[in-house]
Amino acid sequence: MSDPGTGVVQQGTGSEASAGAATGGADVGLPGREASLWSDAWRQLRRNPLFVVSALIIIVFAVMAAYPQVFTSFYPGTADPKSCSLSNTVGRPSASAWFGYDVQGCDYYANVIYGARVSMIIGLATAVFSGMIAIVLGSLAGYYGGMLDTIISRITDIFFAIPTILGAIVILNAIGERGLFQVTLVLVTLGWMTMLRLMRSSTIERRDADFVDAARALGANTPRVIARHILPNALAPVIVYGTIFIGVAISVEASLSFLGAGLQLPAISWGLMINGSFTRILQAPHLLFFPGLFLSVLVLAFIVLGDALRDALDPRLR
Amino acid sequence: MGRYAARRLLQLIPVFFGATFLLFAMVYLIPGDPVAALFGERRVSENTLNELRDQYNLDDPFLVQYGKYMGFIPDGDEGLSGVFQGDFGEDFRGREVTAIVGQRFPPTLRLAIGAVVVQTVIGILAGIVAAIRRNSFWDSLVLVSTTLVVAVPLFVSASVAQLVFGLRLGWFPIAGLRNGAMSYALPTIMLASISLAYTARLTRTSMVENGRADYVRTARAKGLHTPRVIGRHVLRNSLIPVITFLGVELGTLLGGAIITETIFNIPGIGRAVFEAVNQREGAVVVGVVTMLVVVYMLANLIIDLLYGVLDPRIRYE
Repeated sequence: MSDPGTGVVQQGTGSEASAGAATGGADVGLPGREASLWSDAWRQLRRNPLFVVSALIIIVFAVMAAYPQVFTSFYPGTADPKSCSLSNTVGRPSASAWFGYDVQGCDYYANVIYGARVSMIIGLATAVFSGMIAIVLGSLAGYYGGMLDTIISRITDIFFAIPTILGAIVILNAIGERGLFQVTLVLVTLGWMTMLRLMRSSTIERRDADFVDAARALGANTPRVIARHILPNALAPVIVYGTIFIGVAISVEASLSFLGAGLQLPAISWGLMINGSFTRILQAPHLLFFPGLFLSVLVLAFIVLGDALRDALDPRLR
Repeated sequence: MGRYAARRLLQLIPVFFGATFLLFAMVYLIPGDPVAALFGERRVSENTLNELRDQYNLDDPFLVQYGKYMGFIPDGDEGLSGVFQGDFGEDFRGREVTAIVGQRFPPTLRLAIGAVVVQTVIGILAGIVAAIRRNSFWDSLVLVSTTLVVAVPLFVSASVAQLVFGLRLGWFPIAGLRNGAMSYALPTIMLASISLAYTARLTRTSMVENGRADYVRTARAKGLHTPRVIGRHVLRNSLIPVITFLGVELGTLLGGAIITETIFNIPGIGRAVFEAVNQREGAVVVGVVTMLVVVYMLANLIIDLLYGVLDPRIRYE
């Protein structure tokens, strides 16, 4: 199955994550201090300004998603995204309405703040559930190999053959009512494959490692070998890609909502807001600018965080 | 080589059936009665409805519908006619899906070819510059700009580009295809931008990794000058993951085409899919997407076979 020298090619993800996944986690530490891959990585991360900044941005957005009131409490304008007055339609940004008003005359600042919630929920849920599928099936396929591996890998190939946006439009239109749950379900359905391949190949790399043989020789049973010895060492590439994937999922959700195939009004989503801005784009470019900015900053933060994690977890770069 | 190609083709068969079956199953789940929807508010006799349902096999069990669609099960008086006979179905007005694709494909093809050329040429060049001048200003510039391009979703950047360069500055046509080649300029650049960034970063990563390889040190020790070491030894080995990526990215390109074609109002295949989904033209959606999936799989097969040309180390058995 595997041609030597084409590890990256074989995974077929094409993303840089696969390049980062290729080699092992040899933990070279000084005696006398704790130096697992993870504690080493944490030590390095704390000193990386990119990590600190992107993590802070994500925390701000997380608070925005959980408690939007925090951001509207000190706001001089209308703090309720649903309280609209048509007389304010496409009002320009001003001191009393920082981001202006939308076509319906709703306060745009309040709407943009409340829009963080669906993006964060869909992004996190998609990455967590896709990651769970990938970790379970990927480690089983990688550890046992043989028939099980063949079946799982071929099923992965089938899902991989369906382009994400195209497939998502088809499924979402098959589902009449499209809320958070349905969109997340579709993104998970079309999004678990890359992480599964990463998990599978990094499990294969560690399956025959000496420390695994040692654990087995000491009498550990298979579930324990997988859970305690292989998983913690094989997880790094999945975590790196999973972090970036949160940003990707947020971006895909917004794109689908923009196309009219994702969330539907009256949901508050940045993609829907940008869709709604198109009718009055010349008079009111701020309707495109603010949700676009928030969306881009959040996606950027997850991508940079993933990059920082990769730098910390990829021992080759040290 | 021949055996490898044959094996890859055989592997393609289950993937093809799985993918078409999945898509067919998903569309089959669309609630509502497409035949009734066809007539909107107008009242139609029950007989007409039944005849149309029969014509489109909507009364058959799901698996039979799939079988008839693929051309395994004879469909009444028509006999075997399906994907295997080159018949991807027709819409409710009786137009063949192949005809719709034929009509809508040229704009998308021009857009896609343009985007692939732009992303490959500029992406690889930027990657090479960044890799050679590692940690220089150019490297940082490529890193920062590609990160930004990746982070801003295509529909946001394309909308902003349309607003700024089309509406405000008037450098490019705003939408539609009335301005000949210029109509394609901005959509092509926007479509290329997503994958361009990844291409550049992948080229850079791959070249930096290969730059440390023993054969590069050997080449230098032999006294080869730098351009030859880079062009002949490093680059050739570094392009393999980049080429794979371009194949996989065809899927992203197709998704991106829907977004670009919607924003710039280009009557291509992406818009056709979207319109068909909104009009519940299940046959068109499955037909077009099936054809796109076939194209995507064949492109990846060709790319798999290309590895051998680029990298003689890969032995095909």
